[in-house]
Parts: sequence; structure tokens; C-alpha cells
Amino acid sequence: MLLYILKRIVYVAPVALGVSLVCFMLVHLAPGDPLTAIMPVDATAEQQSEMRTIYGFDRPLPVQFGLWLGKVLTGDLGVSIATGRPVLGEVARAVKNSLILAAVATLIGFALGSFFGFVAGYFRNSVMDRLASAISVLGVSVPHYWLGMVMVIIFSAQLNWLPPTGAGPGGSADWRPDFEHLRYIILPAITMSVIPMGIIARTVRALVADILSQEFVQALRAKGLGEWGVFKHVVTNAAPTALAVMGLQLGYLLGGSILIETVFAWPGAGFLLNAAIFQRDLPLLQGTILVLAMFFVSLNLIVDVAQTALDPRIQRA
Amino acid sequence: MAPIADSVALKPAPTKRGRGYWGSVLLRLRRDPVAMVALAVILLIVLAAVFAPWIAPADPFKGSMIRRLRPIGTPGYLLGSDELGRDMLSRLLYGGRLSLFLGVMPVILAFGIGSTIGIVAGYLGGWINTVTMRTIDVFFAFPSVLLAIALSGALGAGILNSIVSLTVVFVPQIARVAESVTTQIRTRDYVEAARISGASGFTIVRVHVLGNVLGPIFVYATSLISVSMILASGLSFLGLGVRPPEPEWGLMLNTLRTAIYNQPLVAALPGVMIFLTSISFNLFSDGLRSAMEVRQ
Repeated sequence: MLLYILKRIVYVAPVALGVSLVCFMLVHLAPGDPLTAIMPVDATAEQQSEMRTIYGFDRPLPVQFGLWLGKVLTGDLGVSIATGRPVLGEVARAVKNSLILAAVATLIGFALGSFFGFVAGYFRNSVMDRLASAISVLGVSVPHYWLGMVMVIIFSAQLNWLPPTGAGPGGSADWRPDFEHLRYIILPAITMSVIPMGIIARTVRALVADILSQEFVQALRAKGLGEWGVFKHVVTNAAPTALAVMGLQLGYLLGGSILIETVFAWPGAGFLLNAAIFQRDLPLLQGTILVLAMFFVSLNLIVDVAQTALDPRIQRA
Repeated sequence: MAPIADSVALKPAPTKRGRGYWGSVLLRLRRDPVAMVALAVILLIVLAAVFAPWIAPADPFKGSMIRRLRPIGTPGYLLGSDELGRDMLSRLLYGGRLSLFLGVMPVILAFGIGSTIGIVAGYLGGWINTVTMRTIDVFFAFPSVLLAIALSGALGAGILNSIVSLTVVFVPQIARVAESVTTQIRTRDYVEAARISGASGFTIVRVHVLGNVLGPIFVYATSLISVSMILASGLSFLGLGVRPPEPEWGLMLNTLRTAIYNQPLVAALPGVMIFLTSISFNLFSDGLRSAMEVRQ
């Protein structure tokens, strides 16, 4: 097992390197010099070139990449142009908020999705199956930023039950697990849970239908095992794949939360990314994307290892 | 039971020539009511967008400061008016032009580029394949929404930039499907037979590989249109795509966010259009996939 984990890490290393290269190049994709955004308009050519030397933009790109990567490896993601604070601290705080939201959303999505998926897989072609299929198609087709708006319209503007935006009372920037903060997470979490719910329902339905059609289930029934006993076997067989899908969904939500976080003004990584883009705060943009992508890469690795550990049928090649 | 089943299976083969694979796919698709309704909705939305200049009741750019945010059903404003007093129905009709273009174009471009990369990598194999697929793995390390927003954010707002970003998001996905199908087909006996009988690499790719690979890639690409529509409008929603005052569903949804307390129904309308288009493409793609699943 340890050898397998080591192998996976070795395999992931070049991907991680590629990811950092893409993040590094993002800044250089931008039209003009990364500095044009922050230089005062009346700066002389001399001052501009001096600034360029300070930031190292006068060196060849591969050298810049090497220096940047060296800093990144020591945890130095540079300084935000807008706030002047270290990028790492800003990102860490935002990612924590995003992670809380994404985790709650994934749990809701997983619970509902597996319920619908199980029912649909057990009662193929029944009304419940059609309903579950409809829900999963709706879940993957709905523009979630619009769904967020609709939720705000219904539950905040019309019914006035829940707060429309923010993570806590008084513009609280950090989410805490108390009652007041809990009210703020409900709408964004439910909105966000719709995507994994659809995907998990679809996966679980296919899994359950496949497992039920296998011969061992017939054998279990033939030897007199009750429905509950069969159900437990189905769960054990479906769990590794379903959990893997859930893990990946958490990563997708964390990276894809920017639209929902913008709708609900949730102080997370997506919100930070949005601010970075519009203030042309390139170090912050680069840092946020790097952290989110690396998180996704690590999550993939963890899911892969966990799935292998859980499911004895997977060969540890 | 068994003898009956056997007799069914042993029905004499039809003497006349069958209608072929694509003919039977089309026939099965026509018998799928959900897919047909979805296709009808797609055609309706496309036609409405194409003929917007002729069917729109008003100028989508002409506003009126005294007739802002009228409710649905106001005389002269069938679907109300937006925050600048522009006719919503006209803007929704015109909005389809940019929204559909921005949603479908990246998938078409990615289909061309991605399948070329995937087929070449799959057919050639060896180190070229390894290098290509490892590069593609890097792009898979980004959730698609994040990659699209990151690229658009770095390139700057605009229609062209948002098409470029979404194309970059979809190329690796299509290339991976193309590569895996091509690799499977490359080792088939009939490809080997064609090679032994002297067919050139180009002929093999054109006849055997393309003939078998394009179908699955096409189905996969149609399933991406739904995602692409949501992402493209999402970029405009964030202010990274289409610029005001151009009518586009995502952008309209964004500018109407201020109206959710006064005219919630009007504010939600552009999203309904995105939802309707995206779900229709999804359902049609599902129908197409199940129609193509059974060979013969």
C-alpha cells in the first residue's frame, strides 16, 4: 500500500509542475506587461524599467518561472497589489470559507443524491425512477448562479426567512458554527448542492442497477437472505465508487464556486478570485488559482488512494 | 420459455439491405419522445434567435427611463421591461444570438481541435501519445469552471476571449475521449488487415479510424454544449464575457440582480432561457447517446 501511495505521488509530481506552469503563464497571457496595471499613468519609461527590474520582469521567462517556483515551494505566493498583504494569508482565509461551504453542499448533495439514486436503481422504470432521473437532469442542467438568484428571490426577498448575502451577521468575514452563521450558509449550500446531487444520483442509480443485475445478488436471494441483507451488500459494493465521485465533486465545487459565491457574496476563494480579476491583482489571481488547482490535484490523489484502500477489487498496479 | 426465446433469436435474416447504422440511429431517435421535444425546443430557440430582427416587437437597445422594470404582461411590454426600460421580450430574443453563439462555438472549435489531437495521439501512440496525454492531464487538474474563469480573467473581458477560454477548457476533454477510442480501434484486426493489404496511414485514419471514432466524440461533444452554455453565460454574468449594452442572457441576469426585490419574475427570465436551452441540449444528447449505444 505504501509503495502504491509513493507511486501515485511520483505520478502526480509532473502534473503539479504543469499546473504551476499554467498558473505562472496566466499572468503573462494578459495583454501588455503584468506591471501596466499597477504603474501610475504618469510613470516615466525609466521608472517603468526600474520597476520591471525590481519585480524581475526583465529576465527571460524560464528564469522567472524558476525563481517564482522556488518561492512558491517555500510558501511565498507574493504580495497582493490591491491590499499589500501576503497572498498566502488572503487565500488561506478565503479557501477555508469556501471549503466549509463546499463541504456542506457536498454532504447535502451526497445524501439526497444517493437517496434518489438508490430508489431509482432499486425500482427501475418506476415513477420514482423517472422522478429521480428528472431530478438528476435538472441538477446538471440548471445554471446554478440563476438558481442562487431564484433562492434569494423566494427565501429572502419574498418570504424574508433567510439572509440573502454574506457569511454572517454584520458582514462577518469568517464563518463560525453558531446559529446566526448557520442561517447564512443555508441558501448558498443548498444552491451549490444541486450539482453534486444530480451527478451522484446518476452514478448511484447506474451502480445499483448494475449490482442488482449481477449473479451474486441472485445467489444471496436464493440462499434466503432478506431484502435488508441484500441491501447491505449493495451498499458495500456501491460505496467505494460513490464516495470517490463525492470526493471529486468536493474539488469541483471548491474550484467552481466562484459564480455562487459572487451571487451570495460569500467571502470565499471564488469571491477573492473575482475581486483579483477586476482589480487586475495578478499575484492574487495567480496565487488563488494555484492553491485551488493544487487542492484539486491533492484531492484527486487522496480519492484515488482511498478508493484503492476501500475496494479490494482494484489492482494496485 | 427457452425454445420460444430461441425461435425469436433465430428469425431469418432480412433479405433486403438494412438501413445502415446511422439510419437506425435516426429511427430510434425519432421514436424517443423526450429527445424529440428537446430537439423541437432547441430549434425553436435557434429560430427565434436567428429571426430576432423580424419577430422582436421592439428595439432591444432602446430604453425608457420612465418605463423601467415594468411587470410581465404590461401593454407594449409582453415580458416586462428591464432596469433601463428596454423591452424584455426583444432582449431575450436577441440575447439568444450571442448566448447560443458563445455556448456552441467553443464546443465546435474544441471538437475540431480536440479530436485532431486525440486521433493523432491515439493513432501514432508511443512517446508522442505519452507527451500529449500527460499535457492533457495537467488541464484536467483544473475544475472546468475555474479554468474558464482564470483564462478569461487573465485575457480580459470580451466575446473572443471568452470563446478562446472555453475552447481551451473543452479541447483536453474531447481529446481524451478521442484518444481512448482511437487507441481501442487501432489494435482491431480490421485495421491490421488494412495495413497488411497496403493501405497508407492516411487512408487507415480516414476510412477506419474516423469512421468509428467521430460518432462517439460527436455524442460527447453534444453533451458538452449544455455545460458550455451555462459557463459562457456565467462568464458574462461575472462581467468577463459580453459587455453591456449588448443583449446576452448571462449579462442580462447580472444587470437585473438589482431588480430582484421590485420585479423578481422579470429578473429571473434570462436564467429561464439559459436553463431551458441547457436542459434541452442535455436531454437531446442523452437521447442521441442511447440511440447510438446499440449497434445494428
